[in-house]
Amino acid sequence: MKVLLRNPRREVEVTGPVTVLALLARLNLNPESVLVIRGDTIVTRDARLTDDDTIEIRPVISGGSR
Amino acid sequence: MKCRRCREPAVIDIRRHNAAFCRDCFLHHCREQVRRAIDEHRMIEPGERVLVAVSGGKDSLALWHLLGALGHEADGLYIGLGIDEYSEESAALVRTFATGRGLKLHEVDLAAEWGFDVPTAARTTRRAPCGSCGLSKRHLFNRVALTHGYPVVATGHNLDDEAAVLLGNVLRWETGYLARQYPVLPASDGFARKVKPLIRLGEREMAAYCVLEGIDYQVEECPMAAGNRHLGYKEVLNALEDRSPGAKAAFLFGFLDRGHDLFAGLAGIAGTGGGASGEGPVLAPCASCGSPTTGEVCAFCRLRERVRDDTGPAPGPEPASAPSQTPRP
Repeated sequence: MKVLLRNPRREVEVTGPVTVLALLARLNLNPESVLVIRGDTIVTRDARLTDDDTIEIRPVISGGSR
Repeated sequence: MKCRRCREPAVIDIRRHNAAFCRDCFLHHCREQVRRAIDEHRMIEPGERVLVAVSGGKDSLALWHLLGALGHEADGLYIGLGIDEYSEESAALVRTFATGRGLKLHEVDLAAEWGFDVPTAARTTRRAPCGSCGLSKRHLFNRVALTHGYPVVATGHNLDDEAAVLLGNVLRWETGYLARQYPVLPASDGFARKVKPLIRLGEREMAAYCVLEGIDYQVEECPMAAGNRHLGYKEVLNALEDRSPGAKAAFLFGFLDRGHDLFAGLAGIAGTGGGASGEGPVLAPCASCGSPTTGEVCAFCRLRERVRDDTGPAPGPEPASAPSQTPRP
């Protein structure tokens, strides 16, 4: 499956099937710090992703002043 | 996973609540959390007009959307900080959001109206840009609120923001800042009330809210914030949260319920980091802009003077008496 990552923006290929939680572990990402988006919706950590999926892993942490 | 409320397939799990929600029930959850925060802390009185500080990021746009959904009359304020393409993109996102929903948006351009931008201020002060940025935004939020008669300014600080600030304040025992860290800063002479209605919602929830409501927001991080201390605190707290769900909420709400009052009275004591609203030192109008300040000239005007001394005469005109605004369509 194609996985889009941000900051910096890049795309990686990951072999499925794999759960969201396992994908994040494989990419060394904290599930608390990202959203996993498939199509136009988000998915829970137990969702099963397949090779046909296009996934975006979007960081949710923002910093700086407000 | 199934939705806790309706048993339909869930789209998001929130471990600190030991719950998962479908789209509609999650949006309901967000509205209820904001309603509860507003009611609990009496943030907004019925009929009050709210000025929402919007940056183009997920939190502030979600906040603006949520306040509207809850029936509040909320207008936006965007400040152009002059951070190259990042500011251009954020301005476009905010304008698109406002125009598409028929919302009123005020805009202030720091460089055009006040003669400096954040990158220049950071170079002049030789300090982290977030300091000049935050100082400028706080000053201008208040100024625009008072100029246009908004009794309350709402900002998009969420649970993660406040927990990270709390961690930073505790690590350095900034007792004055701890005294002032609260979801509401009451109005005082020369200051509008400041409120943080997202205090009960985490950063991940705010991003999810935007995705599920179709709100286009600026995903990329501010290039000037990279590597700052605040982001480091959030990473540490998220590592704790991953091991112990609910840790961030327990830390923050425990402080607000049982710790905050212990620091009351230290807000304005010299050397404690206390600020200039609420209880504290005597305030007088700034000799330059008229805003309330503890010194002769306020910190914002001192920053302007410092940049002007460093770079020569300001490129822009003298500050306008009122910010520009786009009328409600």
